[in-house]
Amino acid sequence: MTTHYLVLSALLFVIGGVGVLVRRNAIVVFMCVELMLNACNLAFVTFARQNGNLDGQIIAFFVMIVAAAEVVIGLAIIVTIFRTRRSASVDDVNLLKY
Amino acid sequence: MEPAKIIEHSGGVIGVSWLLIALPLLGAAVLLLGGRKTDRFGHLLGVATAVASFVVGVLVFLQLLGFDPAERRRTVPLYDFIPGLTKMGLLVDPLSISFVLLITGVGSLIHIYSIGYMAHDPNRRRFFAYLNLFVAAMLLLVLADNYIGLYVGWEGVGLASYLLIGFWQHKPSAATAAKKAFIVNRVGDFGLAIAIFTIFTAFNTVSFAGVMESGAHPSQGTLTAIGLLLLLGACGKSAQLPLQSWLLDAMEGPTPVSALIHAATMVTAGVYLVTRSGAMFFPEGSTAAIAVTIVGVATLLAGAIIGTAKDDIKKALAGSTMSQIGYMMLAAGVGPAGYAFAIAHLITHGFFKADMFLGAGSVMHAMNDEVDMRKYGGLRKVMPITFATFLIGYLAIIGFPLLSGYFTKDGIIESAMEHNATLGWLAVLGAGITGFYMSRLVFMTFFGQKRWEADAHPHESPAVMTWPLIILSVGSIFLGGFLILGNRFMTFLAPAVGRPEHLPSFHPFSVAGLVTLALVAAGAALAWFKYGAAEVPVTAPRGSFLTTFARRDLYGDALNEALFMRPGQWLTRLAVFFDNRGIDGLVNGIAAGIGGTSGRLRRVQTGFVRSYALSIFVGAAILVGAWFVVGNL
Amino acid sequence: MGETITFWVLAVVSVTAALGLVFSRKAVYSALMLGTVMLSLAVLYAVQDAPFLAAVQIIVYTGAVMMLFLFVLMLVGVDSSDSLVETIRGQRFWAIVAGLAFAVLLGLGVGNAVLSAPKGLEAVTAKGNVPSLAELIFTRYVFAFEVTSALLITAALGAMVLAHRERTAPKPTQKDLSRARFVEYAEHGTNPAPLPGPGTYARHNAIDMPALLPDGSVSSLSVNRVLARREAAEGTLAPEIAAALEAEARAAEERAAARREELVHHASGVNGSGPNGAASNGAAPTASAAPDEESPATGPETGEEAK
Repeated sequence: MTTHYLVLSALLFVIGGVGVLVRRNAIVVFMCVELMLNACNLAFVTFARQNGNLDGQIIAFFVMIVAAAEVVIGLAIIVTIFRTRRSASVDDVNLLKY
Repeated sequence: MEPAKIIEHSGGVIGVSWLLIALPLLGAAVLLLGGRKTDRFGHLLGVATAVASFVVGVLVFLQLLGFDPAERRRTVPLYDFIPGLTKMGLLVDPLSISFVLLITGVGSLIHIYSIGYMAHDPNRRRFFAYLNLFVAAMLLLVLADNYIGLYVGWEGVGLASYLLIGFWQHKPSAATAAKKAFIVNRVGDFGLAIAIFTIFTAFNTVSFAGVMESGAHPSQGTLTAIGLLLLLGACGKSAQLPLQSWLLDAMEGPTPVSALIHAATMVTAGVYLVTRSGAMFFPEGSTAAIAVTIVGVATLLAGAIIGTAKDDIKKALAGSTMSQIGYMMLAAGVGPAGYAFAIAHLITHGFFKADMFLGAGSVMHAMNDEVDMRKYGGLRKVMPITFATFLIGYLAIIGFPLLSGYFTKDGIIESAMEHNATLGWLAVLGAGITGFYMSRLVFMTFFGQKRWEADAHPHESPAVMTWPLIILSVGSIFLGGFLILGNRFMTFLAPAVGRPEHLPSFHPFSVAGLVTLALVAAGAALAWFKYGAAEVPVTAPRGSFLTTFARRDLYGDALNEALFMRPGQWLTRLAVFFDNRGIDGLVNGIAAGIGGTSGRLRRVQTGFVRSYALSIFVGAAILVGAWFVVGNL
Repeated sequence: MGETITFWVLAVVSVTAALGLVFSRKAVYSALMLGTVMLSLAVLYAVQDAPFLAAVQIIVYTGAVMMLFLFVLMLVGVDSSDSLVETIRGQRFWAIVAGLAFAVLLGLGVGNAVLSAPKGLEAVTAKGNVPSLAELIFTRYVFAFEVTSALLITAALGAMVLAHRERTAPKPTQKDLSRARFVEYAEHGTNPAPLPGPGTYARHNAIDMPALLPDGSVSSLSVNRVLARREAAEGTLAPEIAAALEAEARAAEERAAARREELVHHASGVNGSGPNGAASNGAAPTASAAPDEESPATGPETGEEAK
């Protein structure tokens, strides 16, 4: 059963990763990042049960906290950028280059 | 008799003998730092410091005479130079005071003369500053009681010489001549520097007293090496073979400079160095002493031969200077028997050669700075004082009986003859050639037809220029007899340089003396027939191979160019080529390679955050793959 | 058995939702899909003996984080749908290749691992899940926990700083605003009064009912442009509203034409000296050309307004 959970976790992680790579809307990109974090959490929880150790759940808990903080800051940044450029596309923010 | 011991001294005029150096140095400092504000009185200040220095020198001389001869070597400590090893001090003894009187005395006269000579030069103040600087450095050279102090003065006079040769630096020839003098002197100074290092290694001190009284007994080879290196230094400064080439070009400087530096004082520094180090490094019969005599004889002949062919009055005089210094070196190499004659000739030469140079300057002054003797002629009626004084100098140098040069040069020839007959006869031959070329010079300049340029209006020079000439010519008449007769100078100098056991007696009619006189008379007569009685062509005839040989300075420059300059240039070109193609090519190639690669790699930075994310993602995938591979190994 | 069924159902749901998250054109749909995934995962946590995490997942993620996402979406513009055309060359291809490779690698890794039967958490959660977690958090992980509090405060402050906008000009007072309104009216004829409320005789939901002028015609000022545009697209726009908008567009066109003429007139007045002077003076033609350059820019704008 554990293997199933882990494969599901891997699948969600990869889907999230590909989403980050192909989507241009900064908010959707952010959602994909959240998806990747959730996939990791699932793996943690699964391993916690597999190994009979609560540490996995604790780590998942901390990941959630950090993710929450990250979302707050990330969305604030998106809003700031949107305010000046009227765009939420990550491709429009490309001035820092060669 | 050995030289006397050096004793420490304080008090009296000797105690403040540093004033000798300090006064002209102060003058130079004021004139150089004061700038144009001192233009108005610059020449007067320059003369004043030189004369003041002369007065101090006379007072020091008088006090020195008051001591017992065995106690006439006094050192005045100034400060610890290298604490525990060497003290800086001034050595006041008969040798150095002779030089002091010559330098300050003749120097003062030339300063005074320069007021008139440089009257129309806009940079007269700077000229006097350099002259003062020269006097200070030269006095330090002869007064220092150790080799390092001597070296400082040695380089100081080199600097002053460089500055004064190139004084009219707007002329490319003057600038080049200054550089040439500096570079050739560098070769000699290199030898002197190494000699001083070796002395320090061998004796653990550099003071004259320390070296003389040192208990160390270095090997004969070391002593010879030091002697030869000192000789190299002397050759550079005194324009002796093989470092003679700079002196003729140095005539590009103003004439008072040629008189003071390149005739009377600086070029004799080599003689001073050999004499000062004589007892220690040039003992009679040693390899080094023999080398000194050979250099002296070779130079006296070479200088005389060059002098015969030059049409430039100053260059002819410069050849003569080389030749006369050759005589001094010859005498200095002979040993204690010759030292007194060397220094006496040095002093009388200082007078009559300065006299003649200043006379030549007076002529040039009158002839719109024309230096070609073929364009002079018949000047004796227009410039009577210059002619009379020049004539005295001329008679003195060719050794006309009872004039200065007669006594001193005859003494040198006699002592050389006693030392080695070959050298003596070569010196006699040199005297004969001297008779020829100096007569040629005088006849071409003052006798014969007027061959002046159309715009030349010669006139007698002002009193400020003629009075120094008169004083110098008086010295040229009497000084030699005064010094030599009764061995007066030899006795005076003995505490400083030693003297032979048997004092030489003066033979007015020795064989060598008579032959010399005869040769000189023959040379003068030949000159009269060729240049006095006959018409002198205004353009120089082509002349024989020998004439060309002499005109080209015995191919000295050609030799230097072929041996050193061209190989040096090839080496430089090779190094430049290697640097440009090899090293620069490598460095630039690497830089261009890195630059090009970076230029292409730069394109990876697209600014699209998703591209970066993709590379991170691919990297993470590769990392996981690598982890599996490594884990399964 | 119950767990297996739950897993398979939720796995299919969550993977489908995740794919939907990536592929939907509208960000709101993506957000809803993400919510679905989160809820599914919450249930899976609960199934795997992590009831506390399941609760936190629902409260923090689905509750707070998702709401934040939706707020920002509203702020940025909810109705714009993204173009799915890729602009960076090779990005999509390599992203999919890398994703597949990563998935295969992870799958292989998980498949290759030899796992024993799960130990279960009964031993370590003898006191119950939440007390056991609490014990760990407040003993072994107490420092990490405290640090997270600092992190959260920092994040809150950061968000405030980022989102805060400093006022660079003094705040306009009511007097300023009123004056500006009348200046606007004097210069451009803009209506200084408040917009008329929707339909005085409204019989339907008021927002799509235009106000009527005294002569019974529609006041274009009261027409909701967004609704009008949609209705025009659907063909259900009331004719009297269309007429009002058309009249307004015509009036705007006339105003613009008048202004253009005035500018041209003004420019030639400046030139003064006539065609000869303009030809000889190099700078003059550019001055008269400027209004012509400007006019095409104003044209389409008013045209769009009419639509």
